[in-house]
Amino acid sequence: MATIQPIAGENEQHPDVALVERVRGGDVSAYDTLVRKYDRQIFRIAQHITQNREDAEDVMQDAFLKAYEKLDQFQGNSKFYTWLVRIAVNESLMRLRKRRTGRMVSIDEDVETEEGSVPRDLADWAPDPEQNYTQAELAEILRKTIQGLPQGFRVVFVLRDVEGLSTEETAETLGLSVPAVKSRLLRARLQLRERLTRYFRNRKSPQEVGVEK
Amino acid sequence: MTCTEFLAQLDDLLDEAVTAEMRADLKEHLRGCEHCEVTLSTTRKTIEIYRSHEIYDLPTDLRERLHAAIMARCKKGC
Repeated sequence: MATIQPIAGENEQHPDVALVERVRGGDVSAYDTLVRKYDRQIFRIAQHITQNREDAEDVMQDAFLKAYEKLDQFQGNSKFYTWLVRIAVNESLMRLRKRRTGRMVSIDEDVETEEGSVPRDLADWAPDPEQNYTQAELAEILRKTIQGLPQGFRVVFVLRDVEGLSTEETAETLGLSVPAVKSRLLRARLQLRERLTRYFRNRKSPQEVGVEK
Repeated sequence: MTCTEFLAQLDDLLDEAVTAEMRADLKEHLRGCEHCEVTLSTTRKTIEIYRSHEIYDLPTDLRERLHAAIMARCKKGC
C-alpha cells in the first residue's frame, strides 16, 4: 500500500532543533556541534560591534555559555542561530559599555547623520577593483571602511548583508522595526559604497587621460 | 521616475524584492541615467565584496582554545 508522504517544507524541522533537543536531553556533544557550526559567525559579529579582538573572544565565549544556560528559554519559534545572534549582540554591547564606563551604548548610536542618504561621488569602479590590492591590503581597506560607519548602521549591514539574516530576523534580533532596519540598511550600503569608491574608482591610464602640459 | 524615487527602491531592487512592474520602471530609468546605473552596480559590488572576503578571521588555534574553554564550562554545568 502506498504511504502518504508528508508535504515537503511544511513540517520540515531545522536540523538545529534536533541538536537543541539532544542538548536539553543531556547530550553535551550535540552542543559541541552547534558551537562549531556558528562560532566563526558569532566571533565576526562580536568583532564588528566591539572592534576589539579580546572583547570579541570574551563575547564569543560568554554568548555560547549564556545560550547553553538559557537553552530552556529557547522557544523554537525563531531559529537557534537568530536567537544566538541576539545574545551575542547584547553581550557585545555590554562589553562596549564596560569599556566606555558610564557612557550608554546602544545600536541607535550615531544614526542621526544625513551622510550617505544621497550618493555624491558617482565615479564608476574599475572592472575588478579588488585585483589592484593584495588580500591583506583589501582586508585592511574593508575593515577600515566598515569601522567608519555609525554603529547602528554597521550592525544592520553585518547581520543583513554579511551574515545573511532576513530583514525581519535582523529587526527581531536588534529590537528594531522593519522600516528602521530597511532605512539603516540603505544608508549603510550607500555610505560603504561611497567610502569604497576612494579605493576602487576607475583610474584611466595616462595614455587615455593625455599628458598634461 | 526621478533619481530620488529610484534610490527609494534600490534596496528592494538589490534584494530582488520588487514587482515585475516596478522592475520595468526601474530599468527604464536606468536606461537614461548613468548616475543611478553606477550607484546600482557599485552598491551591488559593495555587498558582494563584503560577503566574499573574510575580514575578521578566527585562526584555528584560537578557535580550538575558545572551543575547549566553552565545552569545559558546559560540561561542568557552566
